[in-house]
Amino acid sequence: MLNERVILAGFGGQGIMLMGQLLTQAGMDENKEVSWLPSYGPEMRGGTANCDVMISEKPIASPIISNDATSAIVMNLPSMVKFVPEVVGGGYVFVNSSLIEEKVERDDVTTYYIPCNEIANDLGNMKIANMVMLGAYVEVTKSLDPESVLNALEKKLGMTKASLMGINREAFAKGAEAAREQI
Amino acid sequence: MSKVLMKGNEAIGAAAIAAGCKYFFGYPITPQSELPEYMSAHLPRVGGVYLQAESEVAAINMVYGAAGTGKRVMTSSSSPGIALKQEGISYIAGAELPCVIVNIVRGGPGLGSIQPAQSDYNQSTRGGGDGDYRLLVYAPGSIQEMVDLVQIAFDKADYYRNPVMVLGDGMMGQMMEPVEFKDDLPKMELPEKDWATTGTKGQRKPNVINSLYLAAEELEQHNIRLQKKYDEMKQNEVRYEEYQIEDAELVIAAYGTTARIAKAAVDQLREAGIKVGLFRPITVWPYPYDVVKNLPESVKHILCVEMSMGQMIDDVRIGNEGQRPVHFVGRSGGMIPTPQLVVDKVNEILNGGK
Repeated sequence: MLNERVILAGFGGQGIMLMGQLLTQAGMDENKEVSWLPSYGPEMRGGTANCDVMISEKPIASPIISNDATSAIVMNLPSMVKFVPEVVGGGYVFVNSSLIEEKVERDDVTTYYIPCNEIANDLGNMKIANMVMLGAYVEVTKSLDPESVLNALEKKLGMTKASLMGINREAFAKGAEAAREQI
Repeated sequence: MSKVLMKGNEAIGAAAIAAGCKYFFGYPITPQSELPEYMSAHLPRVGGVYLQAESEVAAINMVYGAAGTGKRVMTSSSSPGIALKQEGISYIAGAELPCVIVNIVRGGPGLGSIQPAQSDYNQSTRGGGDGDYRLLVYAPGSIQEMVDLVQIAFDKADYYRNPVMVLGDGMMGQMMEPVEFKDDLPKMELPEKDWATTGTKGQRKPNVINSLYLAAEELEQHNIRLQKKYDEMKQNEVRYEEYQIEDAELVIAAYGTTARIAKAAVDQLREAGIKVGLFRPITVWPYPYDVVKNLPESVKHILCVEMSMGQMIDDVRIGNEGQRPVHFVGRSGGMIPTPQLVVDKVNEILNGGK
């Protein structure tokens, strides 16, 4: 039974909150129970940002992850240090290997190293590194239909930014491909 | 209507506007600022007014004035901001005017922190202002429930001519959940607002809105009348949820965010075969004392869980009437209790610990 508890973390400006919201929206659109909980504080661009996302078949009791994440998506090194210990044994870690050289030292979790920034850069837009990572996450965990996530993005972009859908779709596919090579 | 994914603070704003709220006066403070932000964007579109006051004290007195005209009005703030509003809240209650006040609680005392807390329980249920007054206080446990209760709150405020408070916390304000704006919420039959100061047009005697009664006899009569109103609320407005109580050996009492965490703990403990239930007050004033008083025979312990050093526990003790030991576990200052903390405490109690 689906009961995803995902921590998404990085620095402000990497689109972490948006990643979480897209997963949440996609889950809701698939008629799953969902919640999105941001960390908030006296934060600023470049500071830390993280959010907890729940996607479940059952109503969500506590929306907070406390040492029971099924997946962690870490977009920078401080996030990896802080949140990898929160993942349950048998869970997944998704590491943005463009910004993190270190390896995850736990052997009871499955780790995927996705060079998000490089892939985004090759596609010509650094801002889509987050979509690369979401592609990898969905490919591995199969917790959501990829189209649901892309539809959620389309909704978020709206009419004015609809032209960005193509490159985001590409980024998502590239991320999935990078993950597939490591499965 | 279909579901939409919304942040708690924004959902409160949307719910208030759906309930016919036309006026909002406030002053920004984390973690509720998305609510005034939402109102500033959306109230003008429905012919309403959003005004950022120069202070919380000014904002609540603007609410006082607007409420006097009989229009639906709201203010929101977080803990120290609500503390500043207490004088105005007492005046509004004394003058018997309807309004809705939202408190998205953060850690205290003083300026405290900006993280979630439940340490304004006493301030909300005992009244931080002067005099014998009460607020109807809703403590929703999800964003959907918050949206429903905000809409109901406006009706109740009009019906009782009394301020109604919606008590959330930083987590409720900041998190996103799917919400549905229902058009089938129970609507109340509301009397005409013939007390409002809308201009006599030479047709009637002026209405006077006031909370000053210099004659002691008159003020006592006023207080007796207010008390009757509060008694009616105690009779008719109590709301709560019971979860897995029937055969429970231990019942957890918790509200709002903490109740969600406690519910996760209950599920975890039930899976391990431990008989635990949850009692969740939805109105924290009037308090569901009878539920605590009449818990099933099987219940040997009550555990109160709060994001404070223990405030609601006093109400649990009042309801309990000394029948069972009442235990406490909580975090404060912006720290959030984990389900594990609750599980450990339950095990400690049931295994004969302190």
